[in-house]
Amino acid sequence: MRVSTLIKIGTVDEFQVNVGKLVEIEDHAIAVFRLADRKFNAVENRCPHKGGPLAEGIVSGDYVFCPLHDWKIDLKDGNVQAPDHGCVKKFDVTIEGEEVFITL
Amino acid sequence: MDKRKLVLVGNGMAGVNCIEHILKLKEQSYEITIFGTEPHPNYNRIQLSYVLGGSSKFEDIVLNDLEWYEKNNIHLYTGHTVTKIDHEHRVVHTDKGIVESYDELILATGSNPFILPIPGAHLSNVISYRDIKDCEKMIEASKTYKKAAVIGGGLLGLEAARGLLNLSMDVTVIHVMDTLMERQLDPIASKLLQAELEAQGMKFRMNAATEELIGEDRVEGLRFMDGSVLDADLVVMAVGIRPNVELAKEHGIEVNRGIVVNDYLETSVPNIYAVGECAEHRGNVYGLVAPLYEQGQVLAKRLAKVETKPYEGSVLSTKLKVSGVDVFSAGEFIDQPDTKAYRFQDDFQGVYKKVLVKDETIIGAVLFGEIDEGVRLFQMIRNGAHEKELKTIFSRAKTEKESGTSQVMDMADDELICGCNGVSKGTIVQAINELGLDSVESIKGCTGATRSCGGCKPLVQDLLQCTLGDNFQKVEKEPICSCTALSRDEVVEAIRSMKLTTTKEVMNVLEWNQENGCSKCRPALNYYLGMAWPKEYEDERTSRFVNERLHANIQKDGTYSVVPRIYGGVTSPEQMRKIADVADKYEIPMVKITGGQRIDLLGVKKEDLPNVWADLDMPSGYAYAKALRTVKTCVGEDFCRFGTQDSIQMGIDMEKRFERLWTPHKVKMAVSACPRNCAESGIKDIGVVGVDGGWELYVGGNGGVHLRGGDLFIKVKTREEVLEWSSAFIQYYRETAKYLERTSHWVERVELEHIQEVLKDEGTRAELIKRMDEALESSKDPWKEAIEERSVRQMFEKVTIS
Repeated sequence: MRVSTLIKIGTVDEFQVNVGKLVEIEDHAIAVFRLADRKFNAVENRCPHKGGPLAEGIVSGDYVFCPLHDWKIDLKDGNVQAPDHGCVKKFDVTIEGEEVFITL
Repeated sequence: MDKRKLVLVGNGMAGVNCIEHILKLKEQSYEITIFGTEPHPNYNRIQLSYVLGGSSKFEDIVLNDLEWYEKNNIHLYTGHTVTKIDHEHRVVHTDKGIVESYDELILATGSNPFILPIPGAHLSNVISYRDIKDCEKMIEASKTYKKAAVIGGGLLGLEAARGLLNLSMDVTVIHVMDTLMERQLDPIASKLLQAELEAQGMKFRMNAATEELIGEDRVEGLRFMDGSVLDADLVVMAVGIRPNVELAKEHGIEVNRGIVVNDYLETSVPNIYAVGECAEHRGNVYGLVAPLYEQGQVLAKRLAKVETKPYEGSVLSTKLKVSGVDVFSAGEFIDQPDTKAYRFQDDFQGVYKKVLVKDETIIGAVLFGEIDEGVRLFQMIRNGAHEKELKTIFSRAKTEKESGTSQVMDMADDELICGCNGVSKGTIVQAINELGLDSVESIKGCTGATRSCGGCKPLVQDLLQCTLGDNFQKVEKEPICSCTALSRDEVVEAIRSMKLTTTKEVMNVLEWNQENGCSKCRPALNYYLGMAWPKEYEDERTSRFVNERLHANIQKDGTYSVVPRIYGGVTSPEQMRKIADVADKYEIPMVKITGGQRIDLLGVKKEDLPNVWADLDMPSGYAYAKALRTVKTCVGEDFCRFGTQDSIQMGIDMEKRFERLWTPHKVKMAVSACPRNCAESGIKDIGVVGVDGGWELYVGGNGGVHLRGGDLFIKVKTREEVLEWSSAFIQYYRETAKYLERTSHWVERVELEHIQEVLKDEGTRAELIKRMDEALESSKDPWKEAIEERSVRQMFEKVTIS
């Protein structure tokens, strides 16, 4: 059986819109993105290409572009976009009131 | 129906490459299990020398990470050695007790390093050079010991020796022949190679056979047949490899030197195959990667039940991967009575080329010093090309200039166009034809070509032109990215005439096909808006690339580099102390002098950046930005006996004048005090050269990807005029260049005469300078801003939950 845990990572206003933030929990390095007022997405902070820190990428809509070699990654499902291949692990983010939680 | 079971013994490059091909051909055809003795996923053994040399870490050379195995549903057992094959019942057993059944079994057990059977071979610190463990041992030994001996002057031995040199060891290579790499090089190239390596600090003992290794527990030296002795604390044996055939031999599979296979890689036992270094095909055992991949492809097609040509053996080519040495060889290259050779030798440049021809056919080649022709020659050798074709190689550069035809026409389909991303000519042509692509941009989007360094863009452009033929219309209009069909000029015109003031507005009003743009257009729009509305526009941090958002250069490991402004490259003891203190306090792993005469602090953690800046208390050097980088200077008339002008002060004045000004691409400047040009003014965006009684301004120079000498723009008499003309030039560049267009390309596009014509008018210059001043007026030092403003500082923080 898989046990999921909800972990609080901060409040909504601590995240700037369209700027990624690195959240470190235990062994996980997670890039958290606030895409609009109350819309969040989170993926592993490691591009499948050369391990680039995705939290530092340019965010365009639902996509983030890796800062090292410009790979384009869909934050909705973690999939790398053509012409490259691969995917990154996605994490669920939930908001309750002003508090932001991540599911591990 | 249950899937058929495929078992691979040996988790190395040859076997896993074959599996990759099978997956590509038929993804779901087999249930796959892989056994590997080493406790790692598949890594690039060829690049071990980089790990040893310190330029790569183990992670960098991993070819298939664990996720890959998982994603493809492959059962991977690392640290398991298969010890038994029961081919009657079609099962294999491992040393750890796993039993796995198979329908098809691939043996890719590779090879073992050959250890010389001499006394002392068992001593500690005597190692081979084969896997990551050996590398680790060498690195460890280098920390304590100084003297290394490498037995074997072949490819592997020399790579090991070069790695040990990088580890600061005193290295002697011992070779039993009188020339190095005699299996890959002819005597002339061998001698050139030896001279080059000697210049790098490697020592050699040629014609020396080792008789015994001396020492109690740990090796202390070598004794040769002639009785002489060499001290050594570490001995690396790189005398060759032996196919690892034990497993096959013990279980009744026919073995000669390697496991004997036919043209379809089948062994003597049904349903068992062998590929890679362990296999022997038509009497040949290969130890280089290309043949192993060729074998893997044939076997993969066979197993995926796709029609395939038989494997008929490989022509070998070698490229030596030792820093500073370019060597290539292929085919047969030792002169024989019945061969003729094309030879070229230039002792001054250290270049040697030889191509061997037999019965009018090209059969082999050796290149030293310059190996550009290697790929094409290798293809000719494989195809058995006629000697006439040599002309197309060695006179290609010339004919191209004379006739204007492009070299892409002569290239074979499998030749690489984009070396960075591994995209071949055939792939691009196919994409153009099948997908109807008509621009370099769309080719980039589909194939990845031109995406990294962009050096191949002219080739791709030519290829597009050649492929489309009459259908190709040289599009003057180049859209700024794939989100729109509009060109730079159209977008800027719309921004001005429609008073568009944010990136979002531009994308909406001009009907971008991607609502939120992409990493190409957003930074470009941000620049154009700032250029058009210097006073009103508020810079959009989210539309900036990380370096310009965080005002530091991101490095491959996610740390940053910090370069403080040091005007004209003139520092002081006080400033140096401050920098030294910061480097100590934040444990900065590397402090380096940059190419632009500044000091680079490398490896700073993101969260430390604001504190580092506060402690430095110096302005940002903008080493990360599309802006003025540095003004390099020579020492000038105050010190130099040739100097005719005060280049240092001129440089400082220019740096203070233009710092913080955003430009379409980075801008580098230099001031030299005489035409000897010690500050390299000839390859800068603006290069100033002092002459007796005045200054010369050169523009559009570039020392990077697009190497270009600057054009003489104007000669002036005073320092004020230097500032005036360079200001007007920069502002005109700011207003008319495309984002990411260096002055070198811009000057070529709009032409020097045009720029001179426009700036000739004093009133125009004054207007341009006025607009530049407006842009500078609102600029603030970004490091100060980050220190002072909470909202900016917040960006550097991370969340840590323990």
